[in-house]
Amino acid sequence: MKPDLWQLYKQMLRSRLFEEAVKRLWEAGKISGEMHLGIGEEAIAAGVISHLVEGDALALDHRGTPPLLMRGVDPLSILRELLGYPDGLCGGMGGHMHLFSPAHLAASSGIVGASGPAAVGFAIAAQQLRPGTVSVAFFGEGAANQGMMMESMNLAAAWKLPLLFVCKDNQWSITTVSEETTAGDLISRARSFGMPAIELDGNDVEAVWNAAGQAIADARNGLGPSFLYAQCSRPEGHLLGDMLLRLAERPLSLEMGRVLRWQVNSFLRRKGAPIRARATSARTIAALMAKVRGSRSAVAPDPVARLHQSLSTEGQRMAELTGEVVGEIEQILESALIPA
Amino acid sequence: MKILSFAQAIEDAVNQAMADDPTVIIFGEDIHMIRRNLFLRFGGDRVRSTPISEASFVGAAVSASMAGLRPIVEVMLVDFIGVAMDALLNHAAKVETFSGGKWKAPLVVRAACGGGYGDGGQHQQTLWGWLAHIPGLSVVVPSTPADAGGLMLAAIEHDGPVIFLEHKMLADYWLDFMGAGNRKTVQFDVPPAGASGPVPATWQPTPLGKAAIRRQGDDLTIISIGVGVHRALEAADALAQQGVYASVIDLRTVAPLDKATICEMSAATGSVLVVDEDYEQFGLSGELAAVILEAGIPIKYRRVCTQETIPYARHLEDQILPNKQRIIDAALELSIG
Ligand SMILES: Cc1ncc(C[n+]2csc(CCOP(=O)(O)OP(=O)(O)O)c2C)c(N)n1
Repeated sequence: MKPDLWQLYKQMLRSRLFEEAVKRLWEAGKISGEMHLGIGEEAIAAGVISHLVEGDALALDHRGTPPLLMRGVDPLSILRELLGYPDGLCGGMGGHMHLFSPAHLAASSGIVGASGPAAVGFAIAAQQLRPGTVSVAFFGEGAANQGMMMESMNLAAAWKLPLLFVCKDNQWSITTVSEETTAGDLISRARSFGMPAIELDGNDVEAVWNAAGQAIADARNGLGPSFLYAQCSRPEGHLLGDMLLRLAERPLSLEMGRVLRWQVNSFLRRKGAPIRARATSARTIAALMAKVRGSRSAVAPDPVARLHQSLSTEGQRMAELTGEVVGEIEQILESALIPA
Repeated sequence: MKILSFAQAIEDAVNQAMADDPTVIIFGEDIHMIRRNLFLRFGGDRVRSTPISEASFVGAAVSASMAGLRPIVEVMLVDFIGVAMDALLNHAAKVETFSGGKWKAPLVVRAACGGGYGDGGQHQQTLWGWLAHIPGLSVVVPSTPADAGGLMLAAIEHDGPVIFLEHKMLADYWLDFMGAGNRKTVQFDVPPAGASGPVPATWQPTPLGKAAIRRQGDDLTIISIGVGVHRALEAADALAQQGVYASVIDLRTVAPLDKATICEMSAATGSVLVVDEDYEQFGLSGELAAVILEAGIPIKYRRVCTQETIPYARHLEDQILPNKQRIIDAALELSIG
């Protein structure tokens, strides 16, 4: 089987343009609170979600918008939810971290790691009530260190549940380089539970589609859970307005000046760690900034651009598809801003 | 006297405690950035970033405290304490009793709490009543920079587990991280007297279980905590213009509760209004009524609390969190009815 790359591209582009619109609305102050986008994760979401059928379930983390859009949830109702309208997906009660669509058996949570147990429960229900259906958990590599996530992997494997664990590794959990707080590697960890674990380039939608297709087919056939481990990058940072990005990108800003002044004072204060330990701290922070800057200046792999390039040989078709998606998003935006 | 922000005051007090006592250590997620000034001064052995594994690292803080350290363990938002609840409920809170008073667990659990910036019901709870329900846990909720530093020092020095909650409307770095994100297009109702203010040059512990009287009035007694104190003071100003004079008590600590001040101030007016951002049912507001009635003080009573899961939409959230208008309405009901 080969994927329909045009269909996948369309889903990815829709998600990208939708979230770019969300970003503008958030910047304009029309969307409140934190905003975690799934920009950079589109290929992972599309490659997995395109295998789902009616009755399959989705357990999502705080970046649930792309999977929900691709699963067929009405984009307008998502946007109106983010804008806080009573006719939003959850009546303005949930917001972007708490999006729910019972029709799609799709539930989100802002509690890191919670998609593990949620997917296990969905998978038990699938086994009992809807044989042949599966459940999927999306989560970050940071969440892989939650006890509840490891317990869920054990449970899913011990009970041979129809479940796919999808770990999206962008290397960071907020300001922490996940590698530094993770022992061993996640592929071996998953394998130690006795489940197949596949490492992937999460920017390559075809690779994700192939691996997810196999894992989901296995789960439907009663062969138990699998673990997909996909690398990705996150150009918008952890959340919009990300302080680390702000400081790294504008090292000469007033804000950075304030931060530095406090840091220098702290470094020089009497009492405290020996100078070598302090220097290590200072180097750690400097290295963090450099890492952020580095990941920004290098041409970060972009799953949407990558697929766009490989499909661009068919210029006419690409132009038509782009026009169609842009038109759809524009229309959604227009309708989204009409007061309730 | 110097002027510090709420957040700076806490950091200042922690700095002092860490310089004076090498057994004080900090750990939690992203601590190298969130507490970068402490990380730079005290180094990575005493200021440690953890994986996202609250059940384990809060549990570890309990036993580390039993073995001679004084950990300040951070769970970012109090909402996330759910993941680590067993460590607090069945362990931290029980060590002293189970050991016949022979073993103590001197740890501080630090977390941000509270709403007012549209982040939804999984990131904006206060939960202090739920935590204070458990015998063996102390719960402190400062409303000013001076109290924030003083209570933090007291929490560190206390020989049992203390939950230290800093409200996001007072702690500017949390509000920027979670609410503003460097935007100028959003506004928040930040009480100025809570966000920054005078603090002592050298910190002394503010005793746990000692309320502060923020305003004196003869008609009714408003009892509150955290940001609610500032909302209550604003409401009391407005009420005074209508000829209704309210006292305002800032509890400062939920557990232990300053029953003496509560009873004395309630008896003085005979009317009690509780302003509590935490959930209304089975919580602090009901406990206060019970304490006063058990003392045999006849009172008229109203409460302004959070009755439901906090909605995401700002306009809905503004209606359900205790606000000035709800406080004024309830106070007028009390003084007329
Ligand atoms: C139980 C819990 N602890 C901490 C947090 C705060 N938090 C939100 S996102 C996040 C990092 C998550 O990292 P990862 O799982 O890799 O996902 P990413 O955000 O990078 O996609 C943290 C620590 C939370 N929401 N829930």
